[in-house]
Amino acid sequence: MHQSPIFPFVAAAAFLVTASAAAETPADFQRSFETSARQEAAGFSGFSAQRGAAFFKATHGREWSCASCHTQNPTAPGRHAKTDKPITPLAPAANAERFTRPDKVEKWFRRNCNDVLGRACTASEKGDVLAYLVSLAK
Amino acid sequence: MKQVMRFGLLTLLTVAATGTGVALAGDHRYPAPSPLVKAECGSCHIAYPPQLLSASAWRALMSGLDRHFGTDASLDPQTAATITTFLEQNAGRKRSLSASSTLRISETRWFVHEHDEVPGSVWKSPKVKSPSNCAACHSNAEQGDFNEHNVHIPK
Repeated sequence: MHQSPIFPFVAAAAFLVTASAAAETPADFQRSFETSARQEAAGFSGFSAQRGAAFFKATHGREWSCASCHTQNPTAPGRHAKTDKPITPLAPAANAERFTRPDKVEKWFRRNCNDVLGRACTASEKGDVLAYLVSLAK
Repeated sequence: MKQVMRFGLLTLLTVAATGTGVALAGDHRYPAPSPLVKAECGSCHIAYPPQLLSASAWRALMSGLDRHFGTDASLDPQTAATITTFLEQNAGRKRSLSASSTLRISETRWFVHEHDEVPGSVWKSPKVKSPSNCAACHSNAEQGDFNEHNVHIPK
C-alpha cells in the first residue's frame, strides 16, 4: 500500500482551501450584502454608515434595539438585556473574530433581527449596519 | 462478557463524545459543558447543566427555540439535533422533575428549595437581574461548579 508522494501536498492544499472558505473578512460579507441589496432594489446606491448607526441605535416597534445588548458604543463590551451575560464587542476593530464566520453571521442576524424588528433584516439594512461597525475605530 | 465489554466501550465513547460524566449532585458540581454546548447554549446565558430539567422538558424546549422565553434562539437543524440528544441523555431523572411541566429551571421545585434562603432583594439587584443569571452569585457556574463554598452574593 503505497501512498502517492504528492498526497501530503494535496491534503495540505485541500486544508488551506477549506480554511480560507471558512474564514472571511468583514469586506467579504459587505460584498455579498451588496450583491443581494442590488437584487432587492434596482436603485441601490451604496451602504451608509450613518444610516447603519441610526438603525442600530433605534428601536423598531419592539422593546429592544441592537444597542440594548451591544450598547450605544459597539467597540465596548455589551451585556445581554435579559440575562446580563457579558457580550464581547461587535465592532471588528475591537474584536477581530467578528464578521469572519458565515454561519455565525447568518445565525445572529437571523435571531437578532427577529427579536428587534420581528422580521428578517434586508441586505440593505445588514450592509448599512456593517458599514457603521467597520467605520468605528477601537 | 463480550457484551459487557462492548457496553462499557459504548458508554466510554458516549461520555467522550459529549464531554460529560456523572454529575456529583450532592456536591453541586456538574461536568463542564462540551465546546459545542458551551458555544451554542452558553452565548446568551451560561450553558445550564442538563441534569436540572427532565428529558421531556428539554425536548419541549429544544423544539421551540425560535420562541425561547421571548427571544429567537433558533439553531440549524443538525446542531439542534446533536444538542437535543446530549440533553436527553444527561437529563435529570428525579421524579419531581418529570412531574413538573415547567421549562424554566428557576421554577422547578428543586431550584426553589435550594434558593429559599435568598432574600427577595437579591433577585432584584441590578447585579443579578434575573434568576437565569447563575454566574452573578455562583462564580464558577460557567464550569458547572455550583458548590455553596463558591457562592458570592454581589453587594
